[in-house]
Amino acid sequence: MLGAALIVFRESFEAALLIGILAAAMHAVPGRNRWLSLGIGAGLGGAMIVAGLTNIIANAANGSGQELFNAAILGFAVLMLAWHNIWMAAHGADLSRQARQLGADVGSGARALSSVAVLAGLAILREGSETALFLYGIFAGSEMSLQSLAGGALLGLAAGVGVGSAVYAGLLRIPSRRFFGVISTLLLLLAAGLASQMARFLIQADWLPSLATPLWDTSWLLADDSVLGATLRILVGYAAQPSGTQALFYAVTLAGIMLATKWVRRQHRFSTSRKYA
Amino acid sequence: MDKQVWQAALPRLALAACLFPCVVLAADPELSIVIKDHLFVPAEIKVPAGKKVKLLVENQDATAEEFESHGLNREKVIPTRSKAVIFIGPLAPGKYPFFGDFHQNTARGVVIAE
Repeated sequence: MLGAALIVFRESFEAALLIGILAAAMHAVPGRNRWLSLGIGAGLGGAMIVAGLTNIIANAANGSGQELFNAAILGFAVLMLAWHNIWMAAHGADLSRQARQLGADVGSGARALSSVAVLAGLAILREGSETALFLYGIFAGSEMSLQSLAGGALLGLAAGVGVGSAVYAGLLRIPSRRFFGVISTLLLLLAAGLASQMARFLIQADWLPSLATPLWDTSWLLADDSVLGATLRILVGYAAQPSGTQALFYAVTLAGIMLATKWVRRQHRFSTSRKYA
Repeated sequence: MDKQVWQAALPRLALAACLFPCVVLAADPELSIVIKDHLFVPAEIKVPAGKKVKLLVENQDATAEEFESHGLNREKVIPTRSKAVIFIGPLAPGKYPFFGDFHQNTARGVVIAE
């Protein structure tokens, strides 16, 4: 039972963390919970479908279908996160200063919420399909009774949701002056980490060269499977033995989003100062 | 030369002749692993160092397995009764443990690059 709980916790942790950060970022936008629930529900449904199609996906593209599928989802998530960060750069000031007065730009808020819903759905889709396969495997192999399996899964899921809620509550305690700075830094690092994971899948499928394997090895200092290593892997994209291509994807994503947000912020400041001049 | 030596060598020569075109076409060496009863067979595989290698992993079990290795930096779900392709390397000489994430107690193996 504890084994099932651990796996479900590990898989739900990543999605819960992302959803916690996104929920905090959008806490002042009306309709947030509705959009988030929609994304979570769609993600769960999608995860079941993907788990059911595992064989078909895996056998596609000469046995590299799974890598390409994962890389596509990750790439899409990176784009959505980039867009969301840029959107926050333009609207963050309004969002935190006049917490509940976003009324002036409801359309923009709804667009941002729909991107949050898609991001939540994608995170659950990826982690959830693996969890479903694992649990089904245990169930089919009758290694565990259904009761203890379901108990373990629920325990792990509760722990994952607990972490997500704690992150959400913690973020909301950040003073409003710093709030969007912290959130966009978190989302920026998260996006870069996902880009590095995407590169890893493309290397595994032999669609990209690895350049250097590994570029460095810090597994003696902080192993991938340690608790801190796994947490940092999700939060900032830490890898103990990354390839050169992964580092490249990480750096390009980081620099690209940073430059874009800086540019948008400057444009926005310029246009608002003109409006109120 | 001794007739027996020729008889012993002939099948190998024939095999080498058959494999030669494949080796020329696909430069990446291929190696196969089977998952059976939540075990990797063989549990120890030797690969050439400094070369990209194509691993063919066949899962013969009735449950899915996840091939995972921190050292190889690889992670892949292998559905029940199916074959998966995983490219690894080029690797520096050394030992790279891997395991089945869904059955960690039994499914363990190591890639030795030399």
